[in-house]
Amino acid sequence: MTRVGVLALQGDVREHLAVLHGLGADAAPVRSAAQLEDVDALVIPGGESSVIDRLTRILGLQGPLRQRIADGMPVLGTCAGLILLADRIVDAAPGQQTLGGLDVTVRRNAYGSQVDSFETAVAMPAIGDVPVAASFIRAPVVEQVGDGVTVLGEHDGRIVAVEQGALLGVSFHPELVGDDRVHRRLLQRVG
Amino acid sequence: MSEVQVPARATDGVKRGLAEMLKGGVIMDVVTPEQARIAEDAGAVAVMALERVPADIRAQGGVARMSDPDLIDAIKAEVSIPVMAKARIGHFVEAQVLQALEVDYVDESEVLSPADYVNHIDKWGFDVPFVCGATNLGEALRRITEGAAMIRSKGEAGTGDVSEATKHIRTINKEVRALASLSEDELFVAAKELRAPYALVEEVAREGRLPVVLFVAGGVATPADAAMMMQLGADGVFVGSGIFKSGNPVERAAAIVKATAQFDDALAIAEASRGLGEAMVGINVADLPAPHRLSERGW
Repeated sequence: MTRVGVLALQGDVREHLAVLHGLGADAAPVRSAAQLEDVDALVIPGGESSVIDRLTRILGLQGPLRQRIADGMPVLGTCAGLILLADRIVDAAPGQQTLGGLDVTVRRNAYGSQVDSFETAVAMPAIGDVPVAASFIRAPVVEQVGDGVTVLGEHDGRIVAVEQGALLGVSFHPELVGDDRVHRRLLQRVG
Repeated sequence: MSEVQVPARATDGVKRGLAEMLKGGVIMDVVTPEQARIAEDAGAVAVMALERVPADIRAQGGVARMSDPDLIDAIKAEVSIPVMAKARIGHFVEAQVLQALEVDYVDESEVLSPADYVNHIDKWGFDVPFVCGATNLGEALRRITEGAAMIRSKGEAGTGDVSEATKHIRTINKEVRALASLSEDELFVAAKELRAPYALVEEVAREGRLPVVLFVAGGVATPADAAMMMQLGADGVFVGSGIFKSGNPVERAAAIVKATAQFDDALAIAEASRGLGEAMVGINVADLPAPHRLSERGW
């Protein structure tokens, strides 16, 4: 059976596990390199991207994560997870690094402070006719995409969902508003 | 599935959602932009901007109020992580000011001097989310009823004594477990005894947890303190005086972040605890006369 990990260093790990369990997936938190070896796909959750980055380095996970991404492991990143998958960030915290893999430039906190956070629905034709329910919380946006990147969704003229190879990144949190279709797309990648 | 089609701000989901993103993290009290920089570099998920840490409020006495907007602006300008700030219990105008300053969360806090000994702030009227303190489940549910989007157990701020934090997180979680064990026809009386609305009580009983994120605060001073709070079921940790009243704030801040993330790994906590210099001196809560216990503010 396919095993899906949720990177469980910081952030909304429980919500992602709940969505994956709801889809019948064998889902488990990943907090070590050994646990990473046991999964066929990974979700990098929402959280504080600068903290998740720092913890991947402290725990010796940055190298193994980069290797699995390079080897083609399907990964879904939501919000902070999108930032971690991006090759380039604008408005990074000092010294902040990413895992990379998505040939995109992502701007952190693109909508401003928390009072500018919002819920909406994002049209993502590749995922379904009904727009995807989305919670944008101090969310990033994709400002620039490389040639190999497919844009899956936009909000207000800004790119908020992208895909490249086995990597899927969204600016928002489908897991907070009960829409499981983005996770379904991840699971389809591992058959 | 949500039926939201047009952008909707300040929904329950958005307010509670930011707290969900802070889970597993450490929120640090800072009184200057320089401290905020240290906190962000150490891996804080957010900072609490205030003029005096609780230990100094305790030592200096007097009325403690909302911080100067210039200080909050300077801290906001320094860091990219969320910035929280404290309003006095019941002081809805301080909360309005903090919302106008676009802080990311308002802490209606017993660490400041209460402005209203009867009413807490009606938090539903605000776009900015609120975190409130609680010592037990009933108090937590009353704050959620008023619109709080996040709860922190109070502990006893400014002491460096973790015993009250332990008591409050244990109490809240014990009361949640007790509710979950009741039959449906027993929940009506449980709501009466908790002095909380039935609908919320029923939700907690059904889900087996609070409907909002629960952090711990008040007395956390070491990596082991933080890890203990996580093992006791906290979603994350506030550290007030414990970092910048210690001998080596840079190292201690990073160590508490590491221990919070690796809270179930004793060897990792041991590594994080090495060579940190002096912890904050601290005050034993048992030595504090009752009028000086901040956790008794709020009801």
